[in-house]
Amino acid sequence: MRVRAQIGMVLNLDKCIGCHTCSVTCKNVWTSRDGVEYAWFNNVETKPGIGYPKDWENQNRWKGGWERNSRGHIQPKQGAKWRILANIFGNPSLPEIDDYYEPFDFDHDHLKSAPEMKAFPTARPYSKITGERIEKIEWGPNWEEILGGEFAKRSQDYNFEGVQKEIYGEYENTFMMYLPRLCEHCLNPTCAASCPSGAIYKREEDGVVLIDQEKCRGWRMCVSGCPYKKVYYNWDTGKSEKCTFCYPRIESGMPTVCSETCVGRIRYLGVVLYDADAIEKAASAERTTDLYDAQLDVFLDPHDPVVRDMALADGVPAEWIEAAQNSPVWKMAMEWKVAFPLHPEYRTLPMVWYIPPLSPIQNAAEAGRLGHDGEMPDVRNLRIPLKYLANMLTAGDEKPVAQALERMLAMRAYMRAKTVDGVIDEAIAARVGLSGRVIEDMYKIMALADYEDRFVIPTTHRELAEEAMDIRGGCGFTDGNGCSTGVSEGTLFGGKKKKFTLPSEAF
Amino acid sequence: MHNFLFGIYPYIALSVAILGSIARYERDPFTWKTSSSQLLRRKQLILGSVLFHVGVLVIFFGHLIGLLTPIQVFDALGISHGAKQLLAVIAGGIAGVMALVGGGILFHRRWTDPRIRQTSSFADIAILAMLLAQLVLGVGTIFVSLQHLDGYEMTKFMAWAQGIWTFDGQAASYIADVHWLFKMHLFLGLTIFLVFPFTRLVHMLSVPLRYFTRPGYQIVRSRRQEPLPERDATRVKPAE
Repeated sequence: MRVRAQIGMVLNLDKCIGCHTCSVTCKNVWTSRDGVEYAWFNNVETKPGIGYPKDWENQNRWKGGWERNSRGHIQPKQGAKWRILANIFGNPSLPEIDDYYEPFDFDHDHLKSAPEMKAFPTARPYSKITGERIEKIEWGPNWEEILGGEFAKRSQDYNFEGVQKEIYGEYENTFMMYLPRLCEHCLNPTCAASCPSGAIYKREEDGVVLIDQEKCRGWRMCVSGCPYKKVYYNWDTGKSEKCTFCYPRIESGMPTVCSETCVGRIRYLGVVLYDADAIEKAASAERTTDLYDAQLDVFLDPHDPVVRDMALADGVPAEWIEAAQNSPVWKMAMEWKVAFPLHPEYRTLPMVWYIPPLSPIQNAAEAGRLGHDGEMPDVRNLRIPLKYLANMLTAGDEKPVAQALERMLAMRAYMRAKTVDGVIDEAIAARVGLSGRVIEDMYKIMALADYEDRFVIPTTHRELAEEAMDIRGGCGFTDGNGCSTGVSEGTLFGGKKKKFTLPSEAF
Repeated sequence: MHNFLFGIYPYIALSVAILGSIARYERDPFTWKTSSSQLLRRKQLILGSVLFHVGVLVIFFGHLIGLLTPIQVFDALGISHGAKQLLAVIAGGIAGVMALVGGGILFHRRWTDPRIRQTSSFADIAILAMLLAQLVLGVGTIFVSLQHLDGYEMTKFMAWAQGIWTFDGQAASYIADVHWLFKMHLFLGLTIFLVFPFTRLVHMLSVPLRYFTRPGYQIVRSRRQEPLPERDATRVKPAE
């Protein structure tokens, strides 16, 4: 047994309004550079939809994640190590940039420099790769925004597995939800396992998964290895990049940029203690529906004095254990069981979890006479099919998702009774296996969601690991390559990026 | 001139290749990469790249073993010079054509595809052109070789290559009278060594063989300076 700590994230999809503030602030901080214009470390997708890159959830096509072989061991779905190396000259599972989208900008200069013309000048798009005109932009990180596009295409969504999806194409039955996506900082990352150079690693102290830019050789196996398609190949530098969980902020106790700027207050950050030696067994669970429970088993209860002592012995600082005890992630995932991992069937044991969204009762006209389970509507009558959510969050097992939705409905009913009717109705809480006190705690954290309740982040103990005197005058965070910015303006070894000229336009 | 090109130039080229590679690895590890362009355009890459790489690797190791193994080893094994040359001609010919076809596809892709062309550096295009020229010359020498299958010519090159490695001052003289195609091939080959550290070719030094010996799949890095206590079998997760 080996106790480690990780900063995990929970996203409360019930409150996501799809404003993309997380994506935009992340973009501005991390990927506003050449070569990664197309990369969104965080993007928000509208579900149902095939997403970005196209069809990313379909692992029969992209071969991301792990599979369990007949001997009960797991190996990357791309194949064992020899198979991955055999594909090194040409990776058959690598998406092309058009599966994300060809990065573009608009020819804004034309608006002011156009000669006098009959038609009003327009800023037409051009490719950020070639500089050539793009006649039609065909995809993007949120292309299916609010059910954009026809149902026939959107319904290729992998989460419709086992759902009679035709009726959801009808106007009366349609449903949607937002899914903000970022790197899952998995306990069992396939990107790291697929990297031939060994450049991808997980940090022991906070669980962040990073790519060593000086060790990455651009073999691009991580891109296809990651089932969430959240490792991006920078076509300019020839190295892979991914979400860093804003580790420079996390280390100093600040939330990630996406969490900090979330206007809906849907994001939570907190410490989870886990047993590093239990990871492989959990990821090798026989049935995919067991994986959610198997991952819960890997987590350790920070309130348990035995765990506390073992954590201290394994070098987890006392403050981190205290933070784990107050962790909103622990409460939502383990105590209230309202948060779930995204696609546990990929066997990566992801650490960014999601609270499923409630939705209006389907067929509101009939709501009065149908589907009421006592005081509360039956979650099976919600507009978003339970099976759809279960396919996304629990490998298809509807029971845990149903319980989570019931608990959220119970929270509403209990608080309505309390604040509107002035009645404390313990029976509502008891029906979903909770107590009034727990529900009030849920309400405080999930509904009110104060800053201090959402983000419980202990600072990193750098002083235990590094001699501060030795790193004085250092360059802090850089993009690899020592203190250089990573952009070479024509070195002996690098070569300069060619400038392209913009297309000029005249009618 | 002959002595410079084949007696001195090899040392310049090899020195630059070795020292340049070390310097680049040390000074600028961020630039040490394959520069794959598969993301930008998948079309033509997989077929071209596989043919090219497999062909070039067979040729590279064929040359390495064929030229640098002392001739006495072949004699001791009972392989006649003629048989060795025939093997070299057949295996090298097949691999050469594979690499030439693959390289041709890759060059066509790099030259005509706007995405790849725009993101290619001068070195990217130049090194591919040099390798293609070298392959054409190399395959061309087969036709010269076919005119004397006794293996005598071949032993001259072995003597030269081994002479270079053993600092034999007479090395260049061993190949004084060979066909000009061979001389061109040798000169261009040495030049490829010369430019090696300044191109993407360095990625071949990073063949990730360690991937096989890396224990397990996961890598964890720590800043911790003191070792953790030994795992204790009695320490188990407390029952809930």
